[in-house]
Amino acid sequence: MTTGRDRIRLRKPTASSVALDLTFLALVGLSVFGFFAIDTKGLKTGPAAAKLLSDLVKMFAHPVAKHFSLAEAIWAMLLTLGLAFLTTLLGAFLAIILSSFAAKNLSKPAVSNALKLLVAFVRAVPTILWVLIFAIGAGLGSVAAVVGMTFHSFAYLLKAYSESFEEVGGDVVEALKASGANWTQIVCQAVVPSSMSYIVSWTFMRFEINFANAVAMGAAAGAGGIGYELFMASGFYFNIGEVGFITYLILFVAILLELGAMRLKARQHVQR
Amino acid sequence: MAILTIKSLTKYYKDLRALSEVSLKVKAGEFVTVIGRSGAGKSTLLRCVNRMIEPSSGLIEFDGIDMRSLGRRDLRKARTRIGMIFQHFNLVPRQTVIENVLHGRLGYKSTLQGSFGIYSDEEKSHAVDVLARLGLAEQMHKRCDQLSGGQKQRVGIARSLVQDPRLILCDEPIASLDPSSAKTIMDHLHRISRDMKITILMNLHQVDVAIKYSDRIIGIREGGIVFDDEPRRLKKKIVAEIYGSDADDILFEESPE
Amino acid sequence: MTSIIEVRRMFRRREAIALASFALLAVLTLGSSIITSFDWPSCLRSFPKAFSWLAANFIPNGKALANAPKILARLAETVLVSVMATVVAAALAFLMALLGSKTTRPHPVASGLVRLVASLCRNIPVVAWAMIFLLSFGQNVLTGLLALFIGTFGFLTRAFMETVDESAESSVEALWASGAPWAATVMQAVVPSVMPQVASWMLYMVETNIRDATLVGILTGTGIGFLFDLYYKSLNFSSAAFVVICIVAVVILIEAGSNALRRVIL
Repeated sequence: MTTGRDRIRLRKPTASSVALDLTFLALVGLSVFGFFAIDTKGLKTGPAAAKLLSDLVKMFAHPVAKHFSLAEAIWAMLLTLGLAFLTTLLGAFLAIILSSFAAKNLSKPAVSNALKLLVAFVRAVPTILWVLIFAIGAGLGSVAAVVGMTFHSFAYLLKAYSESFEEVGGDVVEALKASGANWTQIVCQAVVPSSMSYIVSWTFMRFEINFANAVAMGAAAGAGGIGYELFMASGFYFNIGEVGFITYLILFVAILLELGAMRLKARQHVQR
Repeated sequence: MAILTIKSLTKYYKDLRALSEVSLKVKAGEFVTVIGRSGAGKSTLLRCVNRMIEPSSGLIEFDGIDMRSLGRRDLRKARTRIGMIFQHFNLVPRQTVIENVLHGRLGYKSTLQGSFGIYSDEEKSHAVDVLARLGLAEQMHKRCDQLSGGQKQRVGIARSLVQDPRLILCDEPIASLDPSSAKTIMDHLHRISRDMKITILMNLHQVDVAIKYSDRIIGIREGGIVFDDEPRRLKKKIVAEIYGSDADDILFEESPE
Repeated sequence: MTSIIEVRRMFRRREAIALASFALLAVLTLGSSIITSFDWPSCLRSFPKAFSWLAANFIPNGKALANAPKILARLAETVLVSVMATVVAAALAFLMALLGSKTTRPHPVASGLVRLVASLCRNIPVVAWAMIFLLSFGQNVLTGLLALFIGTFGFLTRAFMETVDESAESSVEALWASGAPWAATVMQAVVPSVMPQVASWMLYMVETNIRDATLVGILTGTGIGFLFDLYYKSLNFSSAAFVVICIVAVVILIEAGSNALRRVIL
């Protein structure tokens, strides 16, 4: 029996707690090192921060559109949404074709693993680099932007679709296999229909991400749209009011999309 | 002497009335069980006692203290003398058994000591003793997510016991356990009430278990008390009234007169 | 028989919904193609060109290897910036999540405020933050660091709030019922429950930030993004491809490392 005089230990280190501590230690250590190591080229942070503060106040309090009309801004926004839509469509199309080969319960392990390796590579290349690589052949513009952005959409949706196939399809696949249905019948008649609400919800969430990406490609890869206007307002005209106007516009659409995604997600929970 | 007095307790969730004009007294050391179908207001009643749910109106007096008049700090102090046991055990799964038990002491400690988990040797050895009494001495350094359901609930009981409570509230303590673990848990709780003179107020779904262990049974239906007496007076007809159309599903044998 | 009629009606309604969805998609596709002046044939033609470019430049030549020290230094800078943005944002986001989550919030007003700020930070894309900070911080590594920080903060605040509500709600209830103070409850019940998830989210954000940092670097003239842009615009394609290879190697390394770690800690 332990008495009050003994030291009673509350916990012993385990592999998991040590790994966790080391992870945090490494991350924090790298950050502290970074604060000394990165080269800020002698930027005076005080005045820059003061300017930033006044910029933030100005842009959110006095948004103005100087170099374009409201109609032009809306058109630019539609262009950006169009890029996001085409990207999502292409990505979803490719992903839905291949996801039944990536799902463990519908495919052979070798095929499924090969696809996962491909996806890991596709995801490792930043979207902007995919776009610029395609711009070598197609030139900077909507084609390079959409095709380049499609890569990450495809990778994201392939993972999402195949996982919902694995989750939803489990019993259905077994039942249909037992009744003698062939692979195509199982996929088209059972697996895809029963995971339709997942597919819609994941695809819309990707559309939300693609919207932000399309803004970025407009700014950095000449894809046009609202991102390009943003790039011009900040990098060319140095007009903070105009940056504010565009930011409000982007924020408005992004929040609408987020609300939409949330509603789809909620509906999916009800259906399950 | 009554340790807990509830008078005209009423609770509204928006427009929905969960409890209406509930009044009851619990004597010190008594083992009281509240039965009723799910949604009848059992859980709300229990949680109003320690104000985990704020009542809409009425009086709650625990150990001579008017619970509803207490400010934040005094409420915390009052809660240290009320243990609580949950259906889903509500432990911190990644911490060890002994750490979870010692959580019962946090209400007595300074914020700083509590935050960094600094406990005195007395507290630690008390916790070890309590664990030994509940048959968990061997499990002391295991992580709680490695325990079985029955063991987890015993950790929950140990956590409330190190609080040195006068009253333990049990919210469906055996609802997620298999029958044999459920019996172990009920036996432990019964022993606690009998040997340590700790009052127990328990929500229960199983009428037969309530009859076997309780000194008194309270039946509630649609937020009001419809029965409050010794177990032997609980007749089939009354159970049918408490449970409505669900009565057939309740395992029940008429107790001998 | 009514049931057969009903079944028929159901199938007809399903067909109608499918047809309507298909028509809607077709119209949206057509509209998007027109607005963005998207050229489908050139889209198809771009694939062989891009992949033959990759194939031709994938094995680095002497010119690319000579640039290796410069590339690795820039890459290290980008990784550091991503880690710094993640760590500082995570620390702040964790505090905000405690104020904002349903489980631990001290007051509903605090929660609403936190959610609003997080939503603002998250819904304004990182590239827009970068363009905003560009005006005050100029072409500087701090511009990108700040932009990544804000975006990461917004994302992690929401992620951490969900994590707290998911994994600590029940134990927090138990400790509050026993009269434990707020700070002790947070330190003893919330922190140990959520730390594995917090670490996992942070590793995910480091990886995401490396990719985003490349983009922001192109706009702010810093890090690995700047170097890629430089080689790309000067048509030094073998060096540009080498940059891509280096980024892929680092991201895959981090991803593999964090997957292994997740298996141990979760």
